[in-house]
Amino acid sequence: MSEAVLARPIARAPVGEALAGLLLSLPAGLAFLLMLALPTFATILLAFTDYELGMPGWNWIGFENFVELAEDRGFAVSLRNTIIYVGLVAPISIALGLGAALLIEAGIRGRALFRAVFFLPVVSLTVAMAAAWQYLLHPTIGPLNAVLRQIGVESPPFWLSSSDWVLLSLSAIGIWENLGYNMVLFMAGLTAIPRELYQAAEVDGAKAGLDRFSLVTWPLLGPTTLFVLTITMIRSVRVFDTVAVLTQGGPNRASEVLLYTMYKEGFTFLRLGYSAAITLVFLAIVLVLVWLQTKALDRRVHYG
Amino acid sequence: MAASGRRSLLADLPRLALLALLGLAVLMPYIWMLSASMKPLDEVFRASLSLWPQNFHAVENYSRVFSQVPVFGYLWNGVVVCAGILFFQLLFAVPAGYALAKLRFPGRDVAFGLVMFGLLVPPHVPALPLYVAFSQLGWLNTYAALILPFTISVFAIFLFRQFFKALPDDLVHAARLDGMGELEIVWRIILPNAWPAATAFSIFSVVAHWNDLFWPLIVIEGQARATPALGVLYFRSDEAGDDFAALMAAAVIMTLPLVLAFLFAQRRFVEGIATTGLKG
Repeated sequence: MSEAVLARPIARAPVGEALAGLLLSLPAGLAFLLMLALPTFATILLAFTDYELGMPGWNWIGFENFVELAEDRGFAVSLRNTIIYVGLVAPISIALGLGAALLIEAGIRGRALFRAVFFLPVVSLTVAMAAAWQYLLHPTIGPLNAVLRQIGVESPPFWLSSSDWVLLSLSAIGIWENLGYNMVLFMAGLTAIPRELYQAAEVDGAKAGLDRFSLVTWPLLGPTTLFVLTITMIRSVRVFDTVAVLTQGGPNRASEVLLYTMYKEGFTFLRLGYSAAITLVFLAIVLVLVWLQTKALDRRVHYG
Repeated sequence: MAASGRRSLLADLPRLALLALLGLAVLMPYIWMLSASMKPLDEVFRASLSLWPQNFHAVENYSRVFSQVPVFGYLWNGVVVCAGILFFQLLFAVPAGYALAKLRFPGRDVAFGLVMFGLLVPPHVPALPLYVAFSQLGWLNTYAALILPFTISVFAIFLFRQFFKALPDDLVHAARLDGMGELEIVWRIILPNAWPAATAFSIFSVVAHWNDLFWPLIVIEGQARATPALGVLYFRSDEAGDDFAALMAAAVIMTLPLVLAFLFAQRRFVEGIATTGLKG
């Protein structure tokens, strides 16, 4: 691309074309400035102030918000919970997504049906499905505990209201939400693997399905897997809906996660400066993940 | 994968059994949601494991939802917000994507750099200042507050730029030789060619914003402008209390539109999400 630019310097572009280019990008440029660039910049500034909505005046306080974050036990819990959540949801939803993709692609019967079934949670209203999960996991009237009692578990867990179980329960819902999405990405990766490779592997003696998987599918799917992994981590580090609907971070902060803490500090307690500092921590995590993702993409290009 | 030809049903059985097991697990919340939405409340509270209600109570449950909350209002708000967002996203991103792909103009490389930069920023980051601005302007509880922050999608610009770059340059050159103006080219040549990318992006956008809770929760209070996601949340905390039968009915109603759309256009949905997959 840079070569093309050099060969035809911008100065020599016809005036009409240059004008059209500017004119056509102008609306997007304005919206970008007003809705994304300026507010993002303002968030960065805000993080270094003690601004509270409704309070008169504010001061620059340097890194005080970040110092407070470092000492805030609540924030530490929130960060830890987020990491545990991502650590559970990403690998398990990827393993299940890959399993579903392999199983579906391994035959012809039921392809469309099962693809639709696994994908359904992706297009379902998260808040409504959270309500369905709340019923399913309800300690006394929930079907899950009814089954557990029937098979002899005397006091089944309070899935969403016990601090031991709540994060696991939310993670299970997160896995359920992400599985189909990952499956679709893996299916795209699987169709890109040339069929001849499987035939070649079979000629070379890889008769069993497992051999073919470890010889052909897995190595060639490696870059896709890395890519799906970072995407799922970016998606799940944003967990908010299920927490806001089901637990509000409780009980006793056991399900407090990064974005929910940010939401609570900013829009409930109106401590905008502090909330902006949390937002920047969140942004930093996302940026690290995106950086990992570009690494993964680079590798995918080499293999592709 | 290694599906060479049709296997006998018997050989296919283990695969189908595994898929059915996993599929059933995924469908569990839907199955119980539907079941509870048709049961009278006392049956729900008995926690019986029979899926079909002894006394069929669906009519009562669903009409309780319709009489207690403005269901159509919520759905309408959802449609207005999703359509408004998508309209502006396409209106801004298609021309910008074309300009970045095919036109030479000063500042183009900087503009594209900004797009790439914008891709890195999740929508939660500009939320605080936008909230302050909207509340100063008195725009809270309006459609404008729900729509405006998402009118710019750098992801859409990126997607359309990549898509238009793959279109042959001759298409544009030929139109210029025919004496078309630059804007006429966008309208008559580029737009008709943008459909595949536009469809994929539209599905991605509608799914994202129909389901969004974070931003509506921040800028909306009360029922008048509540989106479906907020509607379920309100119903859950206010009206329903422990009325799980009606709550499940409400959940079914609000989930249905997008799920039906998905079932009718499955391939497009899956492709749309897969091609837009790089956006987390």
